[in-house]
Amino acid sequence: MKHLTKNDRLLFIFFTIMVLAGPIILAPFGAGYPDLLQRFAIFGLFAVGFNILFGMTGYLSFGHAAFLGVGSYSAVWMFKLLTMNVIPALFLSVVISGLFALLIGFVSLRRSGIYFSILTLAFAQMSYNLAYSVLTPITNGETGLQLNLSDPRILDAANTTGSIPSTNLFGLTMNSTAKFELLGLVFQFNVGFYFCALILIAGFYIAMRIARSPFGLMLLAIKTNQTRLNYTGVNTRPYTLAAFVISGMYAGLAGGLMAITDPLAGAERMQWTASGEVVLMTILGGVGTLLGPVLGAGFIKYFENIFSKINDSVLESWFSFLPEGLSDAMVFVLHFFVGKGWHLTLGLLFMLVVIFLPGGLMEGGTRLYNAFRSKDTKSSKDEPKAAE
Amino acid sequence: MSYLEIRGVNKRFGGLQALDDVNLSVEAGTIHAIIGPNGAGKSTLLNTFVGKLTPDSGTVTFDGQSLLGIKPHEINQVGVARVFQTPEIFSELSVLDNVIIPCLAKRDGSFKLNGLSLLSRQADIREKAEQMLIDVNMQDKRNMTASSLSRGDKRRLEMAMCLSQDPKLLLLDEPTAGMARADTNNTIDLLAEIQEKRKITKVVIEHDMHVVFSLAQKISVLAQGHVIVEDKPENIKGHPKVKEAYLGGTS
Ligand SMILES: Nc1ncnc2c1ncn2[C@@H]1O[C@H](COP(=O)(O)OP(=O)(O)OP(=O)(O)O)[C@@H](O)[C@H]1O
Ligand SMILES: [Mg+2]
Repeated sequence: MKHLTKNDRLLFIFFTIMVLAGPIILAPFGAGYPDLLQRFAIFGLFAVGFNILFGMTGYLSFGHAAFLGVGSYSAVWMFKLLTMNVIPALFLSVVISGLFALLIGFVSLRRSGIYFSILTLAFAQMSYNLAYSVLTPITNGETGLQLNLSDPRILDAANTTGSIPSTNLFGLTMNSTAKFELLGLVFQFNVGFYFCALILIAGFYIAMRIARSPFGLMLLAIKTNQTRLNYTGVNTRPYTLAAFVISGMYAGLAGGLMAITDPLAGAERMQWTASGEVVLMTILGGVGTLLGPVLGAGFIKYFENIFSKINDSVLESWFSFLPEGLSDAMVFVLHFFVGKGWHLTLGLLFMLVVIFLPGGLMEGGTRLYNAFRSKDTKSSKDEPKAAE
Repeated sequence: MSYLEIRGVNKRFGGLQALDDVNLSVEAGTIHAIIGPNGAGKSTLLNTFVGKLTPDSGTVTFDGQSLLGIKPHEINQVGVARVFQTPEIFSELSVLDNVIIPCLAKRDGSFKLNGLSLLSRQADIREKAEQMLIDVNMQDKRNMTASSLSRGDKRRLEMAMCLSQDPKLLLLDEPTAGMARADTNNTIDLLAEIQEKRKITKVVIEHDMHVVFSLAQKISVLAQGHVIVEDKPENIKGHPKVKEAYLGGTS
């Protein structure tokens, strides 16, 4: 573990700049629109929190989407009952998902390894089914929980507009967007995105502090050797439970943010595929690294939203410069990898990463960096020789 | 006054009487060795001190407190540290972090939620850990990953981890098992050195008699679950019962 705080500070500054400049950086890639940018930030936060459990303690939860869902439901209820201001909503998301994680973690952490994973999966599927059918009065079942004109919203002024009010931060509405056009590109600066981005940055900062704290070192020790840690006088159970609850609260916060940017909550958010997705994000980006999970989340969401929109006619326009037979062949082959086939591309990419870069994209980045640096030092060593 | 007191301990595994009315008392500040041929019950006996096995009958008390039925981390909090037959270290972490962890556990107890305090700002812990590494001559390896150490160095590190907590009692299960000659001698020297610097009560389990003769103040010989002799090393060497046990064990 690094004790150097200077590197960490640089990393944090770099991260902050990249996130805040997201709308500018991603616009040329077709990903600079608010909806997707918000998703990048929200799932980045989800993955950062998940990594505190999985990356640091090694406990692989397959049920973290349950906390995401609980966070969304809590936030929407707050919008319905209290106010459209986002602060109380997020507060409730974090508290409820934390309590929920305490309960599930308390039971699941009695086992480790695959049994722990299966217990969390079982709990999450149970929550999903409850939300879908049994708890309909709270979750509105299949339709999902939505806002209504008749909701009380006791703290807000009487609504006279005749339409459902939008979520806001003390009057600053989340869906307002400033657009700029430059060099043929449209840059969109959206309040909702910047709100999510600030929370992501705060979440990243806290995760970084945890990683550099005595508590964080204990979590790493749990991953490495629990027997030794027990015989060192440490009770590992409260540590794993704390990590579980913290990551559950991150998930709940992410769920709350989803409700803020789009005020509805559905049971499908809690399904096992959603739990599996955050596992993939973390592994793809780099388990146990600070930046990796955010990268992984960005990658997967990019594929899901951009690759899936490339259809045959887009492909045809790309290859129109080729002779007809060849362009048809290219379109025929690539057809399987884009559009509805984006899963295939992502799956292949995931396999390649797991096989060749077990440390995820972060390992790839580190290798590239080292390769460049050794080249640099070589050439700088050569230079004085040449001067002689 | 004896520090560690074992009274009438019995343990059966199916039809096998692994421990048969074992009595043992260890004096404070001494090294007490338990030797015996393969399968004599040495590890079984040690496991009753550390919360891994509960004997069928008998008592194990340390400093007046019973060690039976309490969890490993509670045993450590009482002041008992343990070195394993194969070194148990945090192999993915750096050597320095390996020593920082027991220092933290000593200061913070069995659990502390200090997720926002920076470890790099905690000079007391760092200094203590660095000093410990100097004491065992490993300061130049502090940034290495523990898994890349030699077997002898892993053992050395494990001892440093235990010693950094200033335990009252140190249990060592075959500390030289499977080691090359040079590493064995190193470990023996280290133990002697530690004993000179800090008089920690130690119980050393050994299969190989020669390792403990120079170290121990007292030796108990265990055979088929029985303590057959308990005496000073010089009286153990030529003891007819011991010879018989070792010869009987190999034939
Ligand atoms: N969990 C167990 N279940 C059944 N039998 C056991 C168990 N543990 C140990 N034994 C048996 O008890 C006897 C004593 O074993 P123990 O491991 O204590 O011997 P030891 O003196 O440590 O031997 P070694 O020098 O080989 O380490 C052996 O016959 C062993 O097979
Ligand atoms: Mg043994």
